[in-house]
Amino acid sequence: MIKLDQIELHQGDFHLQQLCLDIPKGCYAVLMGKSGCGKTTLLEILAGLRPVQAGSIWLGHQEVTHLKPAARQLGYVPQDRALFPTMRVREQLGFSLRLRPFSKEEISKRVNEMARWLNLEHLMERLPQSLSGGEAQRVALGRALASRPGILCLDEPLSGLDQDLHDEACSLLESIHQETGMTILHVTHSRHEADRLANRLWVIDEGQVRPSA
Amino acid sequence: MVVLGGFYVVMILLMVLADFAYTDLESLKRTLSEPEIQYSLKLSLLSCTLSTLMSLVVAVPIGYIMSRFTFRGQSVVDAILDIPIVLPPLVVGISLLVLFNYPPFHWLSRWVVFEVPAVVLAQFMVACAFAVRTMRVSFDQIPVRFEQVALTLGCNRSQAFWLVVFPQSRRGLLAAGTLAWARSLGEFGPILVFAGSTRMRTEVLPTSVYLEMQSGDLKGMLSVSILMIALSAAVLILARALGMQRINA
Repeated sequence: MIKLDQIELHQGDFHLQQLCLDIPKGCYAVLMGKSGCGKTTLLEILAGLRPVQAGSIWLGHQEVTHLKPAARQLGYVPQDRALFPTMRVREQLGFSLRLRPFSKEEISKRVNEMARWLNLEHLMERLPQSLSGGEAQRVALGRALASRPGILCLDEPLSGLDQDLHDEACSLLESIHQETGMTILHVTHSRHEADRLANRLWVIDEGQVRPSA
Repeated sequence: MVVLGGFYVVMILLMVLADFAYTDLESLKRTLSEPEIQYSLKLSLLSCTLSTLMSLVVAVPIGYIMSRFTFRGQSVVDAILDIPIVLPPLVVGISLLVLFNYPPFHWLSRWVVFEVPAVVLAQFMVACAFAVRTMRVSFDQIPVRFEQVALTLGCNRSQAFWLVVFPQSRRGLLAAGTLAWARSLGEFGPILVFAGSTRMRTEVLPTSVYLEMQSGDLKGMLSVSILMIALSAAVLILARALGMQRINA
């Protein structure tokens, strides 16, 4: 469950005013909006990367408004994927696990499972610079999912992919949602993407979020 | 533009070639085999390496803070960090000498002033400013997004820096180290004032050039100069070669 209650954020000309959003557990939610309307900002607020001036944020049954990003147990995939340039795919997938009290064997097992699931096994020793757009997107998803978060936030995850890869990535996201049952918040400006993936659809406009018809 | 740029490149080459043309191999061998010059060479290599390491240790955190954080008085701190770059080198030496007249520095002055630590400190004070500037530019070029993602994956700020940002800054680190080392090697004014020019004690290569000139040994002076040119060129070539290897890796 994701719940934003009366969120206020004012930065220069940009405003979120008394923004409320309630996404039920296990839902694949899509948030649509024009460029610059605050979609990415909303994800950054959820991830704890941007503090709010008022209101409260709930993830599951825990209030996380003042918690640091690491304590929120939330997977986040930014639009540019931000794969670490100095790490090979294997290290990217195991990154979050190495920060937690897992044994080397457990990390290796989970990384291999993730690689198999996302079809990354043949890319494990590659650096991000040598990956195609679709491969980079799967690695970014795998890195965010490796620690098995309860919530996944995706910022325009299918942008920059050609039509074939776009369809393939949509199927992958559907499969991730079905197999994990996690709550997913997917931000996009594509109606086609939203129609295909969303259980519930919201639109953000002028600092407010409202359900879409 | 090509003519102007070409003129500058040719002038640099002509300066170096003139040094070679004015001396001969015999003088070069004789000068370099003198115990004073050998001591000077060893001290230069040691002090430059120490001051470079000290500069990097300081430049990495300052460069990162100046790149990533906004705080009150930041522009003042920024200007202070540039002072050693714009200050005449002699003034750096005089200021260090005066500083070591006041406590708590005064308590250490007998082990520092006109001793080897003064050489290292004088080199560090100037070289570090260049290292800080280079590291800041290096961190500026690394998008903040990487740290943000690392935070969401479970890192604290320190882990995000050491695991994600620092490995990406290695080219900047190499550039900062090269620049600091080369600056340290060429430092003369502050060393002359703060460490003195005592042979076999605080004599580094620029001091040797100065002392050879004072004694009227022009060929000796040029021989030491050629040695400095060779060292600087070797460091630059090595740094570029290492940089290229890492990029290719």
